[in-house]
Amino acid sequence: MRRRPIPAVKPADLGEALRYLAEGGKPLAGGTDLLVAIRKGTENPPFLVYVGELPELRVLRETAEGLEVGAALTHAELLAHPATARFPILRQVLATIGSPAIRAMGTLGGNLVTASPAGDGLVALYLLEARVRLVSAAGERELPVAEFIQGPRQTALRPGELVRALFLPYLEGQPLSFFRKVGRRQALVIAVASLGALVWVEGGRVAQARLALGSVAPTVLRPREVEQALVGRPVRPEAWADLVPLLCAATQPISDLRASAEYRRKVAGRLLLALAQALARPA
Amino acid sequence: MRLRFRLNGRAVEVGVPPGRRLLDLLREDLGLIGTKEGCGEGECGACTVLVDGKPRLACLTLALQVEGKEVLTVEGLAQGGKLHPLQEALVETGGVQCGFCTPGFLMAAYALLLVNPRPSREEVRAWLSGNLCRCTGYEQIVDAVLLAAERMRDARA
Ligand SMILES: Cc1cc2nc3c(=O)[nH]c(=O)nc-3n(C[C@H](O)[C@H](O)[C@H](O)COP(=O)(O)OP(=O)(O)OC[C@H]3O[C@@H](n4cnc5c(N)ncnc54)[C@H](O)[C@@H]3O)c2cc1C
Ligand code: FES
Ligand code: FES
Repeated sequence: MRRRPIPAVKPADLGEALRYLAEGGKPLAGGTDLLVAIRKGTENPPFLVYVGELPELRVLRETAEGLEVGAALTHAELLAHPATARFPILRQVLATIGSPAIRAMGTLGGNLVTASPAGDGLVALYLLEARVRLVSAAGERELPVAEFIQGPRQTALRPGELVRALFLPYLEGQPLSFFRKVGRRQALVIAVASLGALVWVEGGRVAQARLALGSVAPTVLRPREVEQALVGRPVRPEAWADLVPLLCAATQPISDLRASAEYRRKVAGRLLLALAQALARPA
Repeated sequence: MRLRFRLNGRAVEVGVPPGRRLLDLLREDLGLIGTKEGCGEGECGACTVLVDGKPRLACLTLALQVEGKEVLTVEGLAQGGKLHPLQEALVETGGVQCGFCTPGFLMAAYALLLVNPRPSREEVRAWLSGNLCRCTGYEQIVDAVLLAAERMRDARA
């Protein structure tokens, strides 16, 4: 079967890329989401603008407040870079994405803009309260990740705009980080449900917690009620049992080919107890 | 576009639509049919090649993404008429049956040994998780990678 090549351009620099985007081109980074979507017919852009090698999108810069991560850095590059050691949750999450080839191709910016409710990179970005740095011919603007993501596959990205970078503010103290996803096949799959967490523990009790759930709502979900109810609890699964219904109530899962809504809700509850168990284990 | 890149160690220049898949460029335009198309969607690994030493799926790569880069396909593994140690080991362990998945496994394994010349069985399994094989049950392939890694270390020592 021979397929017609899709029109595509490789701009020489950021300015040229933005001009192409203003003409209606769609950004292409690693291609691991977009080229699959084009093949399946769910996306049909007039032409592609390859932004994966623009230097402005490939910076990795430590500032006094945090780490700026270029949108076109690949998962493998981020896993290997010493600067990401300050964000163990980011590494934990990225290490579970796809296969080595998918990690060497796929980018954090692509994971963000795909805005899948199952996006693993997004779980880390929600937990770290990342800020999305956007660039267009009109200049730069910045949005919190939870505002940038507007729904399943919907973002606040404007026509002619690129995600330049993600800003990850440093965390205070030393939270414990946790990530687990339940999927149907080991490597390549889009999760049935996932839970990521940052938990600050003091004297055996939760001082502060951030939770993010994947695949159980139209977007990655921060269940604030549960985060607040966790404060002051001992880190023992028995002491969290009454939070399982609270967490399940916060989810709005859908049924699809991979799992039913009911099953997803159950898995989310079990993941909460798995988190408690992981924290209870003496480090 | 006039596309320039290096392919299996040689400089190549071809006229190609920039949005043509690397897989079609290799197989149809350049006649290198070792790289296989299984799923065409990133799920099976049959089309794995190396670009600048890193594994990439040729079914999800456009021609313009390899401009100026070094591409290695299964055709570039054997040197001077002699099979690569990974190829020899795969034959010996029975890791090749129908052979359709073999080029993809070879390239993925080659990429692993570049970054980790001494992988554990678990590391090999995890690394090859993006490559599917319907025939062998995988263990012979993992055996082959471990065997080849050992021989390559001995050869260097
Ligand atoms: C086999 C397979 C397994 C996978 N496994 C996982 C997994 O386990 N977990 C997971 O989360 N994902 C997974 N994915 C999905 C995908 O690999 C990731 O979401 C990846 O991070 C996407 O990045 P990309 O660079 O390839 O994006 P692309 O496909 O290049 O682009 C995706 C979208 O983002 C837009 N875009 C890209 N860069 C920018 C930018 N800088 N500014 C504005 N828009 C931009 C594109 O226009 C497009 O809409 C898998 C995909 C495959 C094929
Ligand atoms: S053909 Fe490329 S991954 Fe299956
Ligand atoms: S040997 Fe037949 S698919 Fe692997």
